[in-house]
Amino acid sequence: MLTEQNRKVSDQKPLGCWSVKQDQTITCPAVCNFETGEYIAVHDDKVLRIWKDEDVNLDKVFRATLTADVYRIHSVPHTEPLVLFKGGAVRTLDALLAAPQQEIENVISDEVIRWSEAFMETQQPVLIFTTEKVSGFLKTCYSKNKLVPEEEQILSKSLLLKMVVSDTVLKGASLAILDKDHVAVLGCLDSPPNIAKECLSIWNTKFQTLQTSKELPQGTSGQLWCYGEKFFLTHGKVLTVIVYKCETSSLATAVGKLKDTQTSGMRTVSSYVNWNTLQEEDLASPHAQQSVAAKTESKRTVSFRDDSSQHDIEEELRQFLSNAQMSDFQATVGYIITGLVNRCKTEPTFYPRHCLVQLIQTQGLSYSLCPDLMAVALDKTDVHLLQLCLQQFPDVPEAVTCACLKSFLSISDDSLQGTNVNLDSVISFIDITPNDQVEKQTETVQNGFSSALMEEDSCDIQLTQKPHVVDTEELCPVGPQKAALLNAILHSAYSETFLLPHLKDLSAQQVILFLRYLQFLYIKCSEKVSTDFPGMLSPTINQIMDWMCLLLDAHFTVVVMLPEAKGLLFSLHKFVRAQVRFCSELNKIEGSLQELQRIKHQKDFGLYSIEMLELV
Amino acid sequence: MGEFQVHRVRFFAYMPAGIRCVAHSARSARLALARTDGALEVYNFAANYFQEKGIPGHETRSTEALCWAAGDRLFGAGLGGDISEYDLEKLRVKYSLDGFGGPIWSMAADPSGTQLAVGCEDGSVKLFQVLPDKIQFERSLDRQKGRVMSLSWHPSGTRIAVGSIDLLRVFDVKSGHAIQRILVDRRLQGLYSCECVVWSVAFLSDGTIVSSDSVGKVQFWDSEKGTLLETHPVSSSAALCLAVSEEEDSIVVGTSEGAVYQFQLLPVKWGSAESKWVRTKPFQHHTHDVRAVAHSATALISGGLDAQLVIRPLMEKMHGKGYDAALRKFTFPHRRLVSCAKKAGLLLFQFPQHLELWRLGATSSAGKDGDILPVSRAPEHLLQLKSKGPEHICCSCISLCGSWIAYSTASRLHLHRVHVENGSVSVKRVPKVPKLLCSAHQLLCSADSTSLFVASDQGAVHVLKLLEPGGCGPLQTLRPNSGSPEAVYLLAASADGDWLAAAGGDWEVNVYSLRHFKPHCTVPAYHCAVTALAIHPVTNNLVITHSDQQVFEFSIPDREYTTWSRKVQQHGLHRGWLERDTPITHITFNPNQPAHILLHDTHMFCILDKSLPLPDDATPLMNQTALKQLSEKARRGHAHAFKICKKYQPLLFVDLLEEGSLVVVERPLMDIKTQLPPPVQQKKFGT
Repeated sequence: MLTEQNRKVSDQKPLGCWSVKQDQTITCPAVCNFETGEYIAVHDDKVLRIWKDEDVNLDKVFRATLTADVYRIHSVPHTEPLVLFKGGAVRTLDALLAAPQQEIENVISDEVIRWSEAFMETQQPVLIFTTEKVSGFLKTCYSKNKLVPEEEQILSKSLLLKMVVSDTVLKGASLAILDKDHVAVLGCLDSPPNIAKECLSIWNTKFQTLQTSKELPQGTSGQLWCYGEKFFLTHGKVLTVIVYKCETSSLATAVGKLKDTQTSGMRTVSSYVNWNTLQEEDLASPHAQQSVAAKTESKRTVSFRDDSSQHDIEEELRQFLSNAQMSDFQATVGYIITGLVNRCKTEPTFYPRHCLVQLIQTQGLSYSLCPDLMAVALDKTDVHLLQLCLQQFPDVPEAVTCACLKSFLSISDDSLQGTNVNLDSVISFIDITPNDQVEKQTETVQNGFSSALMEEDSCDIQLTQKPHVVDTEELCPVGPQKAALLNAILHSAYSETFLLPHLKDLSAQQVILFLRYLQFLYIKCSEKVSTDFPGMLSPTINQIMDWMCLLLDAHFTVVVMLPEAKGLLFSLHKFVRAQVRFCSELNKIEGSLQELQRIKHQKDFGLYSIEMLELV
Repeated sequence: MGEFQVHRVRFFAYMPAGIRCVAHSARSARLALARTDGALEVYNFAANYFQEKGIPGHETRSTEALCWAAGDRLFGAGLGGDISEYDLEKLRVKYSLDGFGGPIWSMAADPSGTQLAVGCEDGSVKLFQVLPDKIQFERSLDRQKGRVMSLSWHPSGTRIAVGSIDLLRVFDVKSGHAIQRILVDRRLQGLYSCECVVWSVAFLSDGTIVSSDSVGKVQFWDSEKGTLLETHPVSSSAALCLAVSEEEDSIVVGTSEGAVYQFQLLPVKWGSAESKWVRTKPFQHHTHDVRAVAHSATALISGGLDAQLVIRPLMEKMHGKGYDAALRKFTFPHRRLVSCAKKAGLLLFQFPQHLELWRLGATSSAGKDGDILPVSRAPEHLLQLKSKGPEHICCSCISLCGSWIAYSTASRLHLHRVHVENGSVSVKRVPKVPKLLCSAHQLLCSADSTSLFVASDQGAVHVLKLLEPGGCGPLQTLRPNSGSPEAVYLLAASADGDWLAAAGGDWEVNVYSLRHFKPHCTVPAYHCAVTALAIHPVTNNLVITHSDQQVFEFSIPDREYTTWSRKVQQHGLHRGWLERDTPITHITFNPNQPAHILLHDTHMFCILDKSLPLPDDATPLMNQTALKQLSEKARRGHAHAFKICKKYQPLLFVDLLEEGSLVVVERPLMDIKTQLPPPVQQKKFGT
């Protein structure tokens, strides 16, 4: 038994004790040669000593000086002890003793051995050891950790496992082989701020991945035993037993089971394959009952339906959509729509509007899946489709949003009359029944607030203009269809920096019209206590304000110069000012209320008071 | 109807003492509690948690451990090195015996209740035999090094687990040898050098030992093998105490951070036979060290240095979300510490070792409900009377005219004559006050200040004539016919000087005729503790309140319950009234409104107007705010007998002065908290 300086072995009776001279140090644990009953030790790296129980003085026993530094001697029952040199070479003891001065080759270079083990395998002694690479960056702690189990006989690096933890040095590793694909490593990770973290990790050698690891913050002795699917190790003061189970290693477990959004990209490949099977099984079946015929039919569909009529396509699509349960449905939809759009581009008369609407309504599409769709719709001025796209695509580029806006603003209200634009977003503030448009509706004014009242309160004397202003504020400057389309624009996501340059493309008339509409919305919004219109698709007051500011930013000089914008700006300014004043009044009231409450609660009565109390 | 000038007094600097240890007796449903000043209290859980007994503290007595043994006998031991038995009938220490082992840190009775094991400073565990009226030293277990901080008997009575410093030991009781020695790890985090005090141990019937220590761990040990089974860190400072339920399926642990944790033995899987101790519920009801915990069948009980006793019912043991399932906190005693000289406008405050006499202020203005009137004369601290000796004051009183002050310690009655004249106060001790053979439990002066009534042991009331200009006559004694063993703890005298009512520990109320100086009658027995008594100045009806919140009115001349009282019993009291959680501690009357009874508990005071209808459960009990908004006429239709005011709380005392103004004595919890020492530093977010 070799004892360390800082460990005491008490309550144990030593059977024998040998020591080296004072200036010598034992550099390798002494082992017992089971065959001969001799002890073998190495001091000062190179000096080999062999002695027996009856020897008293270590200085007088057999001594052999070797030519290279010894790392460790392994004694395995029923075989000659193996001597492992620091350079990685291995000799049996008898071979070494036969010629102590023989040349010892270096197997490993710029690597140091961290751990070694010897055992018998099919009556052959096998010695394995792990090394750590000492790169030039080690001192600056940039080196990566490596574990290299090597087989003595082949002496080829069979595997290289890399620790993912950067900036750390693996020290004092101990290794256990669990099954053919797994090894357990107990080691100390020395990370820069002097925190030595010991941890137990299980590696998959087949896929060279870290399977799992467990930190052992209270430190270990550096030893790891495993027996019967259990690890035994000392953790702090206790012996910790960890149960493990090695599953059959597969790629799926090695890369992790979590589905990543990125993987959907990989899926598209397989979805192409599925498209064919889909054709065979579902789409084509109404056309032909024979599967052979179906196959030819499907091939034709896959080739983007070059010559099928719009009607046929609609029919097929109906069939396809009625069976929307399938996997890869989303990708298939994307595939179909790309095909359709491509054909639209090449064939100007081809425009399967109904199909496209249906496909968009499957709600799984995005702009990036079919980038040309909106361009085609813009080309055809299909406002309904554009509205749908704006409402459903999360990633419409600002340029396209602006193009849509421009298109919407330039279409006359009359031409929009017949279109089937979804009016859900406007019914809460525009009366869409055409006959009532002239009649001014009596509005319920909540919270005692009305814009008209604000006007009377204001000190500006603009009596002549007043009726006109009220008129423009009360009536929607655009028809309900156009309002719904503009709402879709207001609702779309954008980034200011990218939107601003495109906004500048709007003509002065368009800007004025849009501003008037925004002002109308703003005033309508402010009438409500909640300051928001009901419904999912209606614009919020923040969206309205943001767009108003953006529009004014983009066209400030134009708006200031335009005579027809003057009235609009003026009333807008006045309204906003009134709102600000109103809010500041509310703030004042809030302050007073808080003060009142504070006075009511934090009354300090002191130690004594005389009060009046009435009980009725 | 009732407009009062209210003297709102907050200058009674009452400080409850911290709770040092508790002992729960499942058999009698009682909890004994010792405070850091040596005072002992007994709470009766069956009587709505009423604090039915109290033994005043003592300067040199510091009780470290309490235990019930041999039935309902209560033993205490402390750092004085003495083991005492308490006499719960006479409310005093029955006898004390030196343990001869230095300060005693722990004590536990064996499962049969016939032996006491005492853990001493010198490292010895001593066994005492409990004999019918004494205890006797039997033998010591093998003495070991290190003071014995905690001990626990194995339910079989053959082993004792002992917690010491850095160590746990198991003793075999028969041989007296230590058969197991377990080292307790000093470190959880931080310094290794701090020693680990095993503050508390519990020995379970399966041989598991549970320990809690100064490092903040709760650990489970195998006593056979001496190995650690589980460690649960509960606190970064110390886990001070633990208690196990009778079924051994739940453990309560108190920590020095004021938190209380429950551990439960739960099956590992549903339906599995294998179970594991799991930390289930944390409770944070205390701000300071939780020095004592107990585990009743249905509740966790904890007491801390913040002087609060908290009873936290376990919801899983409760049927429905009823009144019993409510959390209870006790901060104030269930007895009166203030007495009032109604005629002179003086207040007498009782502290453990002194009395304070204050004169109330005055105002010259009038106002309406809610107004704070300008104080034209500030209240004045007239006098401080310090009691001599180590014994604490157990009761005190001032006569209605304010000229006599009496107080008593466990061994001596003191009487003083006070003269208050234009700001100058003189006090003269009355010489030759007859020595009482036993302690006084309550004092009361007659309305005309000519006699002093002293409540005493065995149901007796002594009467002392007060003679001008500062003397007293001989002692006369009134005794009940029944011969009760319990001490009298409540007294009430009639204004005309004819009657005296006395309630004792057996909850019997005796009425004596002072004119004939003999027992007059006994109020029919009621099954719950009496919390307050008073005799009406006009009708001589005795009003009695009980801890179950019932109110009775008993006509002394007619020796029967009054019609109104019968009506109340027939109708039943309002649910809101019955579910209050503090008892009525004082009753008084308004001579100008004979139908009124004024009562108060800690959280409200109430004018009970007998002329108004009783409310039923459908009408709100607290209706003052609603009534005030109604017109005079409409009020009549909605008013009911209970006029409750919750404006002033926590209330220690309410009384009506002779000129018609009310005096309320409040002690805000905040004021108590600021007086407490800083708690263990706790990291709070952002600080």
